[in-house]
Amino acid sequence: MQKLLGPDAVLHRPEDLILYEYDGSVEKGRPDAVVFPSSTAQVSHIVKLAAAHDTPILGRGAGTGLSGGALARSGGLMLVFSRMNRILDIDLENQRAVVQPGVVNLDITRAVEQSGFFFAPDPSSQKSSTIGGNVAENAGGPHTLANGVTTNHVTALELVLPDGTIVRVGSKQGDASGYDLTGLFVGSEGTLALVTEVTVKLSRKPEAIKTLLAVFDSVDDASETVADITARGITPAACEMLDGWTLRVIEDYIHAGFPLDSAAVLLLEVEGMIEAVTAQAASIDEICRAHHAREVRVARDDRERELLWKGRKNSFGALGRIASGIYVLDGVIPRSKLPQTLRHIQEIGDQFGFRIGNVFHAGDGNLHPIVLYDLRDNEQFQRALKASAEIIRYCVEVGGSLTGEHGIGMEKSELMPLLFSDADFDFMRRVHDAFNPKCALNPGKIFPLGKGCGETRLRPHPSPSQANTPPEAAAPSVTPPTPVSNS
Amino acid sequence: MSAVTDSAVSRLESVLGANAIFTAKAANRELYAIDGVAPTALAKPASVEQAAEIIRFAGKEKLSIIPVGARTKLFLAAAPPRYDVALDLTALDQVAHYDPADLTVSVGAGMPLSKLNAMLQQQNQFLPLRVPYYSQSTIGGAIASGLDSPMRNAYGTARDFLLGAEFIDGLGAQIKSGGRVVKNVTGYDLHKLLVGSFGTLAAITRLNFRTFPIPATAQGFLATFPTHEAAFAACRKITHSPLAPLTLEIINPQASRILFARAQFTPAFDSDHWQLLAEFAGNDDLLARYKRDLTAISEQSQATQVQILEDNKPLAAITGRLREFIALARESFSDAVLVKLSILPAHHIQTITVLQSVAEAANAPLAIVARASGPIYIAVSPGANQPGAKTAEPTESVVSLFAQEIVALARSAAGGHAQLISAPPQHKSQLHALFAGLNSSDHTLLNKIKFAFDPQNTFPPLSAPSTSPAAETSRHAVPSSESASQTTRLPTPPSPPPLKRS
Repeated sequence: MQKLLGPDAVLHRPEDLILYEYDGSVEKGRPDAVVFPSSTAQVSHIVKLAAAHDTPILGRGAGTGLSGGALARSGGLMLVFSRMNRILDIDLENQRAVVQPGVVNLDITRAVEQSGFFFAPDPSSQKSSTIGGNVAENAGGPHTLANGVTTNHVTALELVLPDGTIVRVGSKQGDASGYDLTGLFVGSEGTLALVTEVTVKLSRKPEAIKTLLAVFDSVDDASETVADITARGITPAACEMLDGWTLRVIEDYIHAGFPLDSAAVLLLEVEGMIEAVTAQAASIDEICRAHHAREVRVARDDRERELLWKGRKNSFGALGRIASGIYVLDGVIPRSKLPQTLRHIQEIGDQFGFRIGNVFHAGDGNLHPIVLYDLRDNEQFQRALKASAEIIRYCVEVGGSLTGEHGIGMEKSELMPLLFSDADFDFMRRVHDAFNPKCALNPGKIFPLGKGCGETRLRPHPSPSQANTPPEAAAPSVTPPTPVSNS
Repeated sequence: MSAVTDSAVSRLESVLGANAIFTAKAANRELYAIDGVAPTALAKPASVEQAAEIIRFAGKEKLSIIPVGARTKLFLAAAPPRYDVALDLTALDQVAHYDPADLTVSVGAGMPLSKLNAMLQQQNQFLPLRVPYYSQSTIGGAIASGLDSPMRNAYGTARDFLLGAEFIDGLGAQIKSGGRVVKNVTGYDLHKLLVGSFGTLAAITRLNFRTFPIPATAQGFLATFPTHEAAFAACRKITHSPLAPLTLEIINPQASRILFARAQFTPAFDSDHWQLLAEFAGNDDLLARYKRDLTAISEQSQATQVQILEDNKPLAAITGRLREFIALARESFSDAVLVKLSILPAHHIQTITVLQSVAEAANAPLAIVARASGPIYIAVSPGANQPGAKTAEPTESVVSLFAQEIVALARSAAGGHAQLISAPPQHKSQLHALFAGLNSSDHTLLNKIKFAFDPQNTFPPLSAPSTSPAAETSRHAVPSSESASQTTRLPTPPSPPPLKRS
């Protein structure tokens, strides 16, 4: 490898590798070596070399993922795409950009915002997460309610298959000819191919934006408001809920201006043409008040707006200050079931003895219950996992799903049978094997044990005492992994 | 009917009961014919389980199956090499789930699209799939044929609001993908592969969608331009403005004549010129803004006439005709060759310039409907004006000239591609193969998917690309500039490749 890439592009000493055994999840998995390719051709060479040695491989961007997707569950070789971070083409006329996978999400927007454009998917990790990771996980974010998730904004991909072949799918314009392979590869969690180039849509910046903060004295009122906004066919650009307990923790850290004595707030944003924004904001204000909002405040300027969003996007980081272990769930429910689900989550918390915070994308029914635990306490960790599984089970029961934007990874794979049958797994396995027949690429992800492949070399899930040990404690000399800030 | 298949069919009857299987009348089977090839038997399963049983049986007996809905778009398919059983899925037309407050719906694939929208309308919701043959199409057929809709300008294509699906694979297993919530990354997005799969992968049995609120008061804007350059200049200004119309289409004079030939409502415009049609919706302030801005933009771009269609009736009449452009063009030209050419908006003007000059030289009527987001629908009648060939066979050379030109145009329009919509049967296989060569995805990848879904080839095969690239010698379009643009990417301002006229 060193001969192929140069000595500065390969890590193999344990003290270096330890940096790459974490992501934003509670899981852990150490690669045997880490390489930093700087071109598609190099990726292809590396993959071929690994195949010749029967070594498992996986791709990784910034390691901000929340489901263990970019962890080396079977060891092997990790390709980190941080050196493939160039924006190759910006075509404003056709509203497209072609980028390498290591480009940071927000950097796409930064490159085009002066011209009045932006890249719409905005995971809370967007300051550090890369487009390659976003594509692998089909990342979402607060503004996907109106704008759509990553898959709605990717029109073509260049990929390296597990045998080293370089292929292209999709087209710059976007319409698929043949089958919609772009749609299959986006969100395949790095189990079918490595992404080496991405063509994305650029969106026009809206003419007007209004950000509203609605303050409620009960969680029920806030969730009824969301259900009502949805049912009336109003689609805000974003509709986020923060419960009172969580926002007090955030406020203590960020000072975003959230009211400390509220039971819940809704952070709502409307955008578009001035006339539409004014009308939508008025309707939303009216609905909030009909559901007993104590106050509906409109952000006066960009500074106030940015502060509110800073509070929202750093909420998981704020919670990290008060608990050593954070378990963030990602269940999805029909929006009509929001009030009852939030009540049920509370009950589960009481039953298992946890304070469960809720900071989430209420508008698209994408919950992020946050279970706080002491990560040195094995019994508590196991209990947190049980409570989490109960919550997910309930989401499925009311017609929902396991994950809205974080992915299955190695974290939720054992919950997959809640939704899928053996026949479904057999079928998914055929699609998997069509591209990754030897299970060389990212083994041990998505499929539950016994349904996937490459399991003879899988390492077990971490025991809580080693899971997500704070890096300070584990290796004081290294930089901590990217902070948990995805959502 | 061969003896072997004959006995297979009677065994199938004994398995399923004669109610689900119809073999007797040739006239019935003719209704399911694709390019004159009729199936040996018809099966109309009453349930998903029965459909799966038929497919399993077909797998065992090595019979080939083609899933069909209301059969309105069979002309899109390539002639099947084998066609033993037509699997009519129209009985699977139940609503499995509708949660109006969540704006999600789950329906059987055989549900007529118009019936689905009528149900949604009661809750002031709809599915933005304004596809041709709308009043007869099933939802399963609309998805399998993958045709886009003018509404994509505001709502995207089906892949953007299809949340999940259930289908029967080529081995007869019932599979599901996705879910029925609006945001979901659980498992592979297999349902996206079904969009535009033409029954080659699976029999779709259920589809889950996100629904949308019916927009408040919709109005239309129609502007007339002397040239296509002027019409597309206006279109570009609109797409680069804060305006967000529901639809934005450009129609050439020949297309206008086709669309409004026998229309109940004909807009008062000069049908010798190019038209731009936009639909928009909202409150009074918003409507006023659209009218003001659209008018100003059009007048800056040399529009000779603008009109606002305030009443819903004439607007619905126009958009209804426009939705049926493919159907109307096929009626107007008996020898119509219809192609969807997918290119980027920046290539519109030069592409159409070339197409027009080819049509002129060949003396063939050419109808064009272009969507602002890129795709162009082209209908050409190769034989209409040929001496002594009024209704007869289209002139071979004209078809081949057009086809080669389209391939060349798609190639020069970085990553563009073409899809054959309709052609006289004698040209179809050649054109399918020619355009399949433009597939943006490697054919081996497509075959891998086909094999994963349908390992025994129970469903029809994919169109294979022709081995010899046919368009190397085009007179008009320059060879692909793709490779050049790859190496000189960022520094050069994006611009369409030069299309030199000879």
